[in-house]
Amino acid sequence: MNPHRYLPQTTEDIKVMLERCGVETIEDLYSDIDPKLRLKQPYDLPTYMSEPEVDRYFGELAKLNREMTIFAGAGYYYHYTPAAIGAILSRSEFQTAYTPYQPEISQGTLQYIFEYQSLMCELTGMDVSNASMYDGATATAEAMIMAVNASKRKRRVLLSATVAPAVAQVCATYASGAGIIMEVIPEDCGVMSREALKEMLEAGDVAAVIVASPNYFGILEDFEGIADLCHAKKALFIMNCHASALGVIRTPGEWGADIACGEAQSLGMPLNYGGPYLGYLCCRKALMRKVPGRIVGATIDASGQRSFVLTLQAREQHIRRQKATSNICSNQGMMTLHAAMYLSLMGAEGLRKVNRLGADAAHALAQKLVATGKASLKYPDKPYLNEFALEISEPYTAERWLAALASKGILGGVQLTESSILIAATEMCSPADVDKYVSIIKSL
Amino acid sequence: MNKKLYSKLVFELSHANRSGHGLPDYNYGESDWSLPENLNRKSSLNLPEIDESSAVRHYTNSSNNNFGVDTGFYPLGSCTMKYNPKLNEAMVPRAGVAPLHPMQPADSVQGALRIYHTLATYLAEIGGMSEFTLNPFAGAHGEYTGLMVIKAYHQSRGDEARTKVIVPDSAHGTNPASAAMAGFEIIEVKSLPDGTVDVEDLKSKLDFTVAAVMLTNPNTAGIFERSIPEISDAVHEAGALLYYDGANLNPMLGVARPGDMGFDVMHINLHKTFSTPHGGGGPGAGPVGVRKGLERFLPNPRVYEKADGSLDIEMEEDAFGRVSAWLGNFTVYIKALAYILTLGSDGLAQVGPLATLNANYIMQSLKDLYLLPIDRPCKHEFVFDGLCDKSTGVTTLNIAKALLDYGFHAPTIYFPLLFHESLMIEPTETESLETLDAFIEVMRKIANDASQNPDVIKNAPYETPIAHPDEDEAALNPIVKYSDL
Repeated sequence: MNPHRYLPQTTEDIKVMLERCGVETIEDLYSDIDPKLRLKQPYDLPTYMSEPEVDRYFGELAKLNREMTIFAGAGYYYHYTPAAIGAILSRSEFQTAYTPYQPEISQGTLQYIFEYQSLMCELTGMDVSNASMYDGATATAEAMIMAVNASKRKRRVLLSATVAPAVAQVCATYASGAGIIMEVIPEDCGVMSREALKEMLEAGDVAAVIVASPNYFGILEDFEGIADLCHAKKALFIMNCHASALGVIRTPGEWGADIACGEAQSLGMPLNYGGPYLGYLCCRKALMRKVPGRIVGATIDASGQRSFVLTLQAREQHIRRQKATSNICSNQGMMTLHAAMYLSLMGAEGLRKVNRLGADAAHALAQKLVATGKASLKYPDKPYLNEFALEISEPYTAERWLAALASKGILGGVQLTESSILIAATEMCSPADVDKYVSIIKSL
Repeated sequence: MNKKLYSKLVFELSHANRSGHGLPDYNYGESDWSLPENLNRKSSLNLPEIDESSAVRHYTNSSNNNFGVDTGFYPLGSCTMKYNPKLNEAMVPRAGVAPLHPMQPADSVQGALRIYHTLATYLAEIGGMSEFTLNPFAGAHGEYTGLMVIKAYHQSRGDEARTKVIVPDSAHGTNPASAAMAGFEIIEVKSLPDGTVDVEDLKSKLDFTVAAVMLTNPNTAGIFERSIPEISDAVHEAGALLYYDGANLNPMLGVARPGDMGFDVMHINLHKTFSTPHGGGGPGAGPVGVRKGLERFLPNPRVYEKADGSLDIEMEEDAFGRVSAWLGNFTVYIKALAYILTLGSDGLAQVGPLATLNANYIMQSLKDLYLLPIDRPCKHEFVFDGLCDKSTGVTTLNIAKALLDYGFHAPTIYFPLLFHESLMIEPTETESLETLDAFIEVMRKIANDASQNPDVIKNAPYETPIAHPDEDEAALNPIVKYSDL
């Protein structure tokens, strides 16, 4: 047996250990497995690669990826990541720990989760946050299930057509599994139809209403009175918001929502081709014991020191099994440390500034693109922050528009229809990038 | 790690007008926008104001109160806390995926898609399955995904009566919880005194209403279910499918494949068997594999290879749905793939046997002092039912806490639910004989101290940053954020 750097047992060690076990070969420890079930031939996998070879392997794959100037969002935004975050996330004391089941030697993990919960409550205007969900889509789906469980008998959930399609599809999947009837509230000029919502609520049996802010089209909808409409029918009001925007827009707490959930990737997390991101789920205090997943609480130890522990575990799968509020166990631990560090380093001023930069860039780009005469705003009278929908004028098409930009290294947006696209901007788009986008379109 | 507690919260370091960001001061020219008044945030935003070095020092000090695999031995049963190779971490920036948007055109992300496709192919070979999706974010999410595949399979056959899932009483809590989320009724099947499934009890519960049987093999007592061929036949004869909980896949590497045992659907925890860090609770990854004939039910979005050899993403109509916005926790795949390449076919084949040897060595070295309810060769892990000497009242919890003083993480305690004082130990293959001997020595000392001076053990730990946190108070009067303090 050749020694491998991940396998410390020498031939001598193995001999000593086998002797203690009272067997002659390791194979003897597997004598209870029917020979018919045993692996017949070596795995059909590559043989050992050295460190330089593995490094080259990934280096070659990297060449098949093309880094672009990103003007695409659709719920996932290319923001700058403060370098200090990467340095802390790489600390193996955090990274190589398991779930903090032993609080005596896990105060580091427990403390940052408590900070994360505190910061998310601050951002959303809610009372309670859990220790994270997988992503914004599953967070919204679990919020839906939580609302249905809290309602006891109701089975209907209404979801606005202006929620992002990927989020809506995950919700629909979870609804189908749990026997929830999910219905889509139609959209009218880029925002949820209030009239349709009223009618659908009138039909009764509604456990929750789910809306988005900013919505899929980047629009900030006016939800004045929606919480009252929901509460009058004893339905919970759930808001899906991307986290960064909450630094400047009216919060779920201020709109009277019962549950706030969504994607926190916008807190400076690298795009990483889809993950890891961070789902968050916050709610009002009355719903605390219905929350899925882990929650960290503060307490004191025997000598009176402030300490942190996993708490309210009676909700969870390792205690309640099939009666648990959710099956979630591992969540997005390290990404909550990312979020806590990001929000701390940015502060309120930084969060306002990052939102302003994105909105400045998006509004400047929108005005310049409209001025080319080749496009117009799809929803011209609707307020937006850093993302907007653009209607492309004939004879141009969305496909041609995006292809022209892609050929110059720009990811120009996300296609909505044959003639419309969704464009987002952040501080990662410099004024020169904006001008380059416009000049490519001018020469279309 | 530090013995002294660093207890500050980042809020307590805040100082007005300090800043820790490096945002640009771009001027985009026209910025004559504003939101209608009622759409603006009105409430104050009380985030910390902190400079960069203070923040870095804060989290560094906090990390010193944490214990990881890099700190010391972590024999947490069923969690497979093996060494997390550093090369895996280094390959994340190397692979060049950080700036890739999930909705970028496929031709600009061929490297990323190749990583996904290659890892899925390798896992299929290791699991003996036909196809894998990597999309699920964690083990429990994989279980849910696998059960939804099973649901879609039965529905596609018009077999709507299958509303139950059978789970052994030794199963991880996620099994019944995942089945409940997927809308199934849970039927529990008993374990025999040797820890294996009571096959007769199982057979009596199999009928046309059962959609699936979930098994962990080796099970949570570290025992291989030797009746698996008989179980597999009975389950399939009843028209149900057999689900493999891959939490305990590690000892099967190089030994046997779930697909060859008769399993139809399985998940793998990349943060266990494939060495990716657990991160104190994620991000993990729970890829799901299926046998031939079930591929079309796997969730969207799907990565597939086109005739010209390039890769693309598709939405399959027969998929049961979507469990993730995109392709899951992508960077975790880079780490798992680096691990597989580094071990290679030969190295991987040694992992299972060496993990099993390490576990048996500890078991044999301690069974005179700790009660071993199932005395036969274990696989990757085994369970003691507390101390042999029950006269002193020293519990499994006391033993776990006493271990912390010696620089070891505690084993998994009070699980599986088969025994009152379960102490579940899993060393993994990456621990040296010296580490195992040091652990054995400490466990023996604790057992001896428990007999001679039980109060010393009952009051442990003594050397940790905090000791005996009041967990009852935490649950009774929850303080879950800074402003509650």
